Amino acid sequence: MSGANRIPGAGRLTPAKTARFFFDGKSYAALEGDTVASALLANGVHLVGRSFKYHRPRGIVSAGAEEPNALIGVERDAARKQPNVRATVQDVFDGMKVISQNRWPSLAFDVGAVNNLLAPFFAAGFYYKTFMWPKQAWKHVYEPQIRAAAGLGVSPTEDDTDHYSSRYAHCDVLVIGAGVAGLSAALAAAKTGARVIICDEQPEVGGALHYDKSVTIDGQDGYSWAQATAANLAKMDNVTVLPRTTAFGYYAQNFVGLNERVTEHLAKPDKKLPRERLWQVRAKRVIIATGAIERHMVFANNDRPGIMLASAARTFLNHFGVAVGKKVGVYTANDSAYEAAFDLKRAGITIAAIVDSREQPGEAVLAEARSLGIEVMVGYGVVDTGGKLRVSSMSVARNGGGSSRKIAIDALLVSAGWTPSVHMFSQSRGKVAYDAETQRFLPGTYAQDCLSIGACNGTNDLQATIEESLAAGELMSNASGYTAPEKLALQGVNAFSWTGGMAGAAEGAGPDTTVKAFIDFQNDVCAKDIRLAVREGMHSIEHIKRFTTNGMATDQGKLSNIHGLAIAAETLGREIPKVGLTTFRAPYTPVTFGTLINHSRGELFDPTRKTPMHALEEAQGAVFEDVGQWKRAWYYPRAGEDMHQAVNRECKTVRDIAGIFDASTLGKIEVVGPDAAQFLNLIYTNSWDTLKPGRCRYGIMLREDGFVYDDGVVGRMAEDRFHVTTTTGGAARVMNHMEDYLQTEFPHLNVWLTSATEQWAVIAVQGPKAREIIEPLVEGIDLSNEAFPHMSVREGKVCGVPTRLFRMSFTGETGFEVNVPADFGPAVWAAISERTEALGGCAYGTEAMHILRAEKGYIIVGQDTDGTVTPDDASLGWAVGKKKTDFVGIRGLRRPDLVADGRKQLVGLLTKDPAVVLEEGAQIVANPNQPLPMTMIGHVTSAYWSENCGRSIALALVAGGKGKIGQTLYVPMPDKTIAVEVSDMVFFDKEGGRING
Amino acid sequence: MADLIGAELATRTLPLSGFHGGSAAAALSVAAPATRISLRAKPDAVAALSGALGLSLPTKAKTSASSNGRHALWLGPDEWLVIDENEADLIAAVASSNMLHSATDISHRNTAIIVKGRGAAVAINGGCPQDLSLAAFPVGACSRTVLAKAEIVLLRTAEDTFRVECWRSFSPYVSTLLAEAAEDAGN
Amino acid sequence: MLLIYCPYCEEERSELEFRQAGDAHIARPTNMTEMTDEDFEAFFFLRDNVKGLTFERWRHLNGCGRFFNAARDTVSDKFLTTYKAGLPRPDLSTLRPATEATVETYEATESNAK
Ligand SMILES: [Zn+2]
Repeated sequence: MSGANRIPGAGRLTPAKTARFFFDGKSYAALEGDTVASALLANGVHLVGRSFKYHRPRGIVSAGAEEPNALIGVERDAARKQPNVRATVQDVFDGMKVISQNRWPSLAFDVGAVNNLLAPFFAAGFYYKTFMWPKQAWKHVYEPQIRAAAGLGVSPTEDDTDHYSSRYAHCDVLVIGAGVAGLSAALAAAKTGARVIICDEQPEVGGALHYDKSVTIDGQDGYSWAQATAANLAKMDNVTVLPRTTAFGYYAQNFVGLNERVTEHLAKPDKKLPRERLWQVRAKRVIIATGAIERHMVFANNDRPGIMLASAARTFLNHFGVAVGKKVGVYTANDSAYEAAFDLKRAGITIAAIVDSREQPGEAVLAEARSLGIEVMVGYGVVDTGGKLRVSSMSVARNGGGSSRKIAIDALLVSAGWTPSVHMFSQSRGKVAYDAETQRFLPGTYAQDCLSIGACNGTNDLQATIEESLAAGELMSNASGYTAPEKLALQGVNAFSWTGGMAGAAEGAGPDTTVKAFIDFQNDVCAKDIRLAVREGMHSIEHIKRFTTNGMATDQGKLSNIHGLAIAAETLGREIPKVGLTTFRAPYTPVTFGTLINHSRGELFDPTRKTPMHALEEAQGAVFEDVGQWKRAWYYPRAGEDMHQAVNRECKTVRDIAGIFDASTLGKIEVVGPDAAQFLNLIYTNSWDTLKPGRCRYGIMLREDGFVYDDGVVGRMAEDRFHVTTTTGGAARVMNHMEDYLQTEFPHLNVWLTSATEQWAVIAVQGPKAREIIEPLVEGIDLSNEAFPHMSVREGKVCGVPTRLFRMSFTGETGFEVNVPADFGPAVWAAISERTEALGGCAYGTEAMHILRAEKGYIIVGQDTDGTVTPDDASLGWAVGKKKTDFVGIRGLRRPDLVADGRKQLVGLLTKDPAVVLEEGAQIVANPNQPLPMTMIGHVTSAYWSENCGRSIALALVAGGKGKIGQTLYVPMPDKTIAVEVSDMVFFDKEGGRING
Repeated sequence: MADLIGAELATRTLPLSGFHGGSAAAALSVAAPATRISLRAKPDAVAALSGALGLSLPTKAKTSASSNGRHALWLGPDEWLVIDENEADLIAAVASSNMLHSATDISHRNTAIIVKGRGAAVAINGGCPQDLSLAAFPVGACSRTVLAKAEIVLLRTAEDTFRVECWRSFSPYVSTLLAEAAEDAGN
Repeated sequence: MLLIYCPYCEEERSELEFRQAGDAHIARPTNMTEMTDEDFEAFFFLRDNVKGLTFERWRHLNGCGRFFNAARDTVSDKFLTTYKAGLPRPDLSTLRPATEATVETYEATESNAK
């Protein structure tokens, strides 16, 4: 047994295929293919949640994605809890755990329901007005309270163990929606040979054919025709059929986001399957076939569980075989609800009455109702309902007042007509147009290459829909050059054509301002709230929306927008189009973060770049630090060493013996061509004409505004070839900067740039024994000081493989940088490392490198400079070619502010207490006893303990710093003020003799 | 000590050495080492460079030329990626043209992953936004593009096979992403 | 995500392959050192940030690598045309039909509310 309300012989599910699931801990039977909503209704459960603001008992309103009320949590395990799932779209699977939301301690008895009694205090705009004062109370009292009470559902606290995927796809025609219209259009498009993608948010195609059993297409039952058509389409190579796939966002140039739910319906999904898949579709043409959504009637207490859309009751009966009640009332302003009554009546369910607010219902449905013996109350309204956790009665009165009659019911089907789903069209930036006669917004002016068809285009008639859709499918394919081999024709027949519909408040929605006639169920917005908003001066629908929160819940007002608009228009005494319609925004239905993030988690969150020698350094015990995307060896602790001990040892060893350092991450750009030197003259402040092949030079690059942009050593490999190095972090942007000038400002130059950063593994060997270390490994290069002086480069071999060997130093010691093709890096590193250790040296990391260079006063662009530092500020004025007539930044350097006195200049700082190490970023003042706020005259850019100097050292940017050498300044810290003496920037080997050793 | 050098010839350590994976729909493997140059030249040098390389340097976007394991990929109006699977000396080859050009060795900068199978295009579309249908991206088509957060160069070598070139330090990212997408391409 | 027509690749490609690179048609003066402060300010610092038609530079960074120019409507986000670096501004009367209204935007809709 799959529920007491399952009607034998009704519906399309297979009675033998059962499943069990839990709702708030209680076990229920279901059938395979059930949604949580249909399964609960089959078990007679109507109460599924509590409303957001008033905590009123709520039931299932719809049978689709528009559901505002039946939001549930689905739990698979501690890590996989999905809140705010619409029960009407979530399939049941065996063993599923479903929990209700927004209630405590239980669904039937909810303490928060006191809000309902306090409703007079919760009028629209309540939050805006009430929590204004006192100001401090917002942060400490109101906000925490509101936050605790607000929000629906509970999110998991553990990492999601599921995975999600992403796919870019291209097609000629994307069809959104697979009802009669979408399927017909896809069929016509597919037959032309065009690439077609058709998606539908439901588990199966068919759309309205799920509930409208009266439809036949080419003589075949409509629902069966839809399944057969989808199956045929799926077999075609040029077609992709995607059920359970919601088009959630329509972006520029026919870029449409689809969310495919791959395993949400499976009890034990294959671990290899993604839970959801994001499709990013670029379509040449889009066909929008999103149908229409039925609106509810707005009247007093229209929100009790058991009150639902008429079409939803038909779906539950005709598709799921579930009776939503035993004695059912109908309240409508539209013919379509009659057909729900007919279907239920024929299934043996009592129809208490059809209450029609119109004076003139459609004649055909009226006649059919009479022949079926259903009482129709024409020109009547439901003015109230009774029942606590489920509707038990409706009070009916003649339009315009008079006494009311109470009729016992256990379900009430409502329909105020149909709202075309123009969400996708509107998201595409198309402008909707109001059709006064049918009171509908329909696609008006198109902004993109798309076409709306069927109910979302306002086409009601079945055969007209089919013909419009077939034509659209062919037309949209033509745009990609495909033509139909033959004209397609389909014959559709259905029982009734529908008339009627209303927007806004029905009889019984007021005028009493205490009546709760809901228009937005999820946000508890009533007709009276809209009226209040207008009275309070909100005249634009955008303001009314924000004041009342109408349409701002997760369902984005799929049921409520038109009602809200109509009530606002009536209150304002203006026509609906004059009040305007709020803009539809993506996503159409909520999309999980997992889907949006898809592959970009864990190691795929961002590329992690490792140098060729990474594994060897790891084996040598290196601790790594992140430098941009790179992992760099930070220090190499030996047994028993902490970071400081390791770094002190590394620093000392380099100066006493030698060290080996992985410099592979430095950016490298090969600059080649007869005009290479001329190009570098324009890019750098230095002059390059005089640099001979085989020599190197330290270069500074500015932006046009005169500030230091990057620096590095440049080697001239040949007359027409330079090996340029950049900072690690600057590699990509410097390459872009140089390409930009080359392509757009200096295109006349014959020179080309190639990034060679990763072509070379770079092993720096620094220290008094550096030469001795590499000498036996190097072939074809005379390493003597005379033949190969500081700032030279040679090509030869190391360990038998080609090398570009640089004689250079970032430590102030005799130094070499061994460049080898990257694949040889590990072997060469191993060989040099072995030699280094044999001679008493060691590997050193980036921390030691930073200290060693600071001891020599070498700057790091980006650490000691911050984009407002000129070469002169950094005591690098010598690198600016005084005779040059042009280079990038030459004019910027002459700006009044850049040549003014008192600029912040880079200087050294020596703490009076040599043991105290300053904090990088700490502010500097001249007088520590001045009143707050103090005048800050600079900040510390680099600060370290220098084992080689036996004291702390620091670099700092200080206003007029070079003129303050010898003076005492102060660094105020939270717990003390540190006195420092301004010094020059070189702390070790001031004469600089070691470099030429 | 010169005799020591010959004996201690440094060995190569390839990125992604031994990597293979993917799925039945899209198998992944690492391409064998190859020589590669970034070749830059103006239109007047194309004919001579083509002669020197033994293939016609393509001058149309998204096209390539291949001959005996040597491939020239159009990357930009004056830029080609030349790959030689037989590890020939490409720098020397283009130098013999005696025309103005720039050739930079990038053999070790790049590495390549071969994606093969009926789902190869779908796997690459897991992170690449280009249209990889045969109509838009036929056999021989090539392009520099992106794979999620990495830059790649794609070359379609057969209807069901792509060569995905990337910088060596991006290869763990690219291969891991392709492996996930290849798995999904089989679903 | 936009599609951008690269005038060098002669094809529309995903915005993901491109980077915006600031205003177009601002030539770097050849007499840099002779410029007055005011001229330099105008050249380097001052930009119009127009609402509507703008000319800007883009680079097909993860494609052919070329910088090129684009005429774009900052209100609709639409590219009117793209053209190679170094070419003059195109004649826009041939590109945009006079009847085509500026596309509705969030800001436009919101400002109606005021
Ligand atoms: Zn391009």
